[in-house]
Amino acid sequence: MGAAERTTCISGVGQSDVGRRLGRDPLELTLDACLAAIADAGLELRDVDGLSTYPGALTTPPGFSGAGAYEVIDALRLSVGWYDSGLETSGQLGSVIKAVLAVSAGLCNHVLCFRSVWEGSAQGAQGRAAVMPGGGGGGAFKAHGFLQWTLPFSAPSAAVWIAMFAQAHFQRYGTTKEQMAWIALNGRRNAQVNPKAIYRDPMTLEDYMASRVVTTPFSLYDCDVPCDGATAVIVSRLDRARDLRRPPLRIESMGAALRGRPSWDQYEDLTTMPNRDAAAQMWSRTDLKPSDVQTVQLYDGFSFLTMSWLEALGFCGVGESGPFIEGGTRIARDGELPLNTHGGQLSAGRLHGYGFLHEAAVQMWGDAGERQIARPPEVGVVAAGGGQTCGCLLLVRD
Amino acid sequence: MTVLSGDVPFRVLPQLNDHNRDFWTGGARGELRLWRCGDCGFWIHPWQPICPQCRSKKLVTEAASGRATLATYTINHQRWMPGPELPYVVAIVEIAEQPSLRLTTNLVNCPHDRIRIGMPLHVVFEHHPDADGDVYVPLFEPEAA
Repeated sequence: MGAAERTTCISGVGQSDVGRRLGRDPLELTLDACLAAIADAGLELRDVDGLSTYPGALTTPPGFSGAGAYEVIDALRLSVGWYDSGLETSGQLGSVIKAVLAVSAGLCNHVLCFRSVWEGSAQGAQGRAAVMPGGGGGGAFKAHGFLQWTLPFSAPSAAVWIAMFAQAHFQRYGTTKEQMAWIALNGRRNAQVNPKAIYRDPMTLEDYMASRVVTTPFSLYDCDVPCDGATAVIVSRLDRARDLRRPPLRIESMGAALRGRPSWDQYEDLTTMPNRDAAAQMWSRTDLKPSDVQTVQLYDGFSFLTMSWLEALGFCGVGESGPFIEGGTRIARDGELPLNTHGGQLSAGRLHGYGFLHEAAVQMWGDAGERQIARPPEVGVVAAGGGQTCGCLLLVRD
Repeated sequence: MTVLSGDVPFRVLPQLNDHNRDFWTGGARGELRLWRCGDCGFWIHPWQPICPQCRSKKLVTEAASGRATLATYTINHQRWMPGPELPYVVAIVEIAEQPSLRLTTNLVNCPHDRIRIGMPLHVVFEHHPDADGDVYVPLFEPEAA
């Protein structure tokens, strides 16, 4: 096949402390994660010659970015052959996909990739309202650009936009809230054995159904929990990683495609998303099939997004994700397709995409402790993002 | 065409400019004004400098019929920001002239248990006096209402 990604791998992962509101310096959390990933790979700082992050330095919304590329390059005194950051890419994993391209192009050998958030502390006790544009309600604020199409209708949140995709799916395919519940319930079941998860109390279907409605069909437990924390992974040249500390997790293939209007309301089929484009591209670059995959770690910023990814990636038919997850047996840690084994962002915190890649790596290396899948998976899929911004990776243990 | 005025909820208003003024003020004349290609007739939203269908730069605004169908919706119960009384309905509608052109809006004057994707709607405008120019926010209600 000769796909560029076959010459690259994940060689190490690291994560800072994670908490609802740690009150810690976000750059410090970022560096904790970066140094942990470098040590996990068995590399020295001087070996790291590339850096990639999502989204890069940003001041709004508060807490959305814990550190930019330059801050980390400077704090670690890195010398890099390539670096990059940016928000307009194929989801949070777009930063990893770009690192793969840079390594396969020969610009660098070991790329430090990270995602850092401190939304929990930034939002404080006020919650989301504290960081919404125009949320203060001052009469002088006027909406520009994209915001003018949402704020005048009091629709400032991705919860509202994604709920409308879920509603369209519910009506067209007969999907139910009791089915969607299993994304949240499976996550919570796994979070109970993840010591770093935010919410670890048991949750029943009754608890889920009784929680307050946010925006139909989403209730509180369909929405991920803002937190503070940073995650880092090392993307390495495969031939430079085979003598390192970990068995390399080869990038078998990746998906970054966007084949519709990059818009929440103008995308042509409101029951699907560009995740179907990224997924189709990923499968077109490998001989492996969904039936070869032993674990999936799929973005759950909102519960419905995970269902959308399951369909996009072909683990079930289009429109069939509701029955596929119902009852939660198939997606359990001991089921045929263990899903979000750390608890996902719904229970383990909104680490924003990178938490899924970290979990896939830890599971594939057999290092997941009490939540370890009995037979460490050799093939895993990681996917992140929703709406216009989606990316996915197929990993194979070398 | 109905214009709601007087006791209207707080809304964040758009910053008016040459590209959006007709959309946000057309309600003064009861018109839902959208961009349209003067060469091939394709309706365009939001504004962009060339027609995505024929690449023409001859773009003009034109009054659409105001008729639409409900593409999807959500009944919002969360107070994200000052706005209409809770719960309110956020909707995406497809305009009758060209269903691929959608507007995010609020569905009003519709009991929540009567909402069905695909239902026919028409535009109503909510008048917001403003020092920078009055704004008429296009909302939608059921055709039968």
